[in-house]
Amino acid sequence: MKITANEIAHVATLARLDMDGTVIAKFQHQVGQILDYVKTLDELDTEGVSLTSHATSSTNAFREDRVIPSPGMEQTLLNAPLKEDGYFIVPKVVG
Amino acid sequence: MQPYEMTIHQAAKSLKAREISARELAQSVITRIERVDESIGAYLTVDPEYTLKLAETADEKIGKGEGTPLTGIPLSIKDLISTEGLKTTCASRILEAYVPIYDACVIEKLKQEGAVIAGKVNMDEFAMGSSTENSAFKVTRNPWDLTCIPGGSSGGSAASVAADMCLGSLGSDTGGSIRQPASHCGVVGLKPTYGRVSRYGLVAFASSLDQIGPLTKTVSDAALLMNGISGFDLRDSTASKKERPDFTSFLSKGLGDMTIGIPKEYLETEGIDPDVRAAVMNAISVMKGLGATITDVSLPHSRYAVAAYYVIAPSEASSNLARYDGVKYGFRNDTPASLIDMYRETRSKGFGPEVQRRIIIGTYALSAGYYDAYYGKASKVRTLIMDDFERSFRSCDVILSPVSPIPAFPIGEKIDDPLTMYLLDIFTLSANLAGIPGISVPCGFSRKGLPIGLQLMSRHFEEGKLLKAAYSFEQETDFHLKKPHLPGDES
Repeated sequence: MKITANEIAHVATLARLDMDGTVIAKFQHQVGQILDYVKTLDELDTEGVSLTSHATSSTNAFREDRVIPSPGMEQTLLNAPLKEDGYFIVPKVVG
Repeated sequence: MQPYEMTIHQAAKSLKAREISARELAQSVITRIERVDESIGAYLTVDPEYTLKLAETADEKIGKGEGTPLTGIPLSIKDLISTEGLKTTCASRILEAYVPIYDACVIEKLKQEGAVIAGKVNMDEFAMGSSTENSAFKVTRNPWDLTCIPGGSSGGSAASVAADMCLGSLGSDTGGSIRQPASHCGVVGLKPTYGRVSRYGLVAFASSLDQIGPLTKTVSDAALLMNGISGFDLRDSTASKKERPDFTSFLSKGLGDMTIGIPKEYLETEGIDPDVRAAVMNAISVMKGLGATITDVSLPHSRYAVAAYYVIAPSEASSNLARYDGVKYGFRNDTPASLIDMYRETRSKGFGPEVQRRIIIGTYALSAGYYDAYYGKASKVRTLIMDDFERSFRSCDVILSPVSPIPAFPIGEKIDDPLTMYLLDIFTLSANLAGIPGISVPCGFSRKGLPIGLQLMSRHFEEGKLLKAAYSFEQETDFHLKKPHLPGDES
């Protein structure tokens, strides 16, 4: 199947990636090739086959609801690209 | 023998007998890195002060008689395993300056044992790749041929072990990322069962496939490291509660009670290098000589593993990597006009091409209207691949195959052709999809002198059988004793 430049651009928007025309064209070719290959899965009849999202038999893992120490504010903000007065700073969100 | 040349097993003996101190051993490794890493490029971060401090702690432990086989052992750590106070970049611009505020579970465990961290090693960005060429920071070269890739994504781990720049290493394996570089660099690499080792503090790539494991000079060393890093952890909800065995208890030679399955589909795969085929055929006869019963098994769906994997892994990755938004940590692009622009500019400049490609594939596969056709379909094929193994392990203990269809290839040769590169993962991906363990052990050399690895796989939580088979094979052969000759080596 062919993936269009518009589809790549749309998916890039969904994934919050900024792409110029050259990258879109390159990805259109490469991703198209990969998706074509993935389509070989359609040779298999998977009617009635259950879906595996995890390779272990484990189910929900519960633990005791107990308070444990967590990193303080200073630690949490240590790697922040922009911070002020104990807050992460981001560009203005609402008008 | 120089201290850095020792195996973990040998060094543990020397340390215990006080023939050498942990500090001397660490210094020997630091000097070795200074001398040869310029030509290999395995390390991203070395901090001698940090390393020597850990060595001093180890010496105190040994002094008090509290040493274990890992006390004082210098290890390299793949740069996606969080180390408190030591940069953890995932070989990505987006985490270039990131310094974790906590240790991964495996690092906590190693530190409790008094192991010494020699530094952080190179990898494909976010572990996406099979050649370490996707690192944003540097090229890592294969110690056996500096014009070739070391494999990937744990290429820095494998190269640092092969070049004696550490005594062992921790890597991670999502589709072969421990086994394949181990194979290409002539060292041992073990991907444990999914859930055997806690993923707490491992930067996530594909959460249902990722697993941390050891790369070492010998099979015994892999068992020692497995003892150090395995076990239940509350902070990883997929960590298994199964009791950890003493992995060294499986190290005895002789395979009289073992049946080894040969998947006919694997050896019929097109494009297997004749040298790889010859080495694997030879390995089968060595196993026979050790007393193993050889039987044919069939993994009919294995030819769909690459297609299923390259939907599932990018889907999980696109979701996991959504967290890199330039807000809480990591790189942020300077002067964005709006919040959305900040996300887009940060991510476009922070992620390299392979990571962006996989985010696009994953986002596409999960997007409205395509989910069933891609992710749903691939997840059903995953079930079929698991069923193949389940059926095969009814008639054998261990499955034997090549690790990679070809030996290490020249740097730059395949970087512009992602699909060709993905297809080389054919023999390793299935173990991740099925969650079973796999080991790579040296089994020969190509005519050009490049190492070839043998893969063994077993049922969930049967690493013991892999270790026994790999150990028996290693003791019967001498491939693991050969060392590459490096620029900077005296003789």
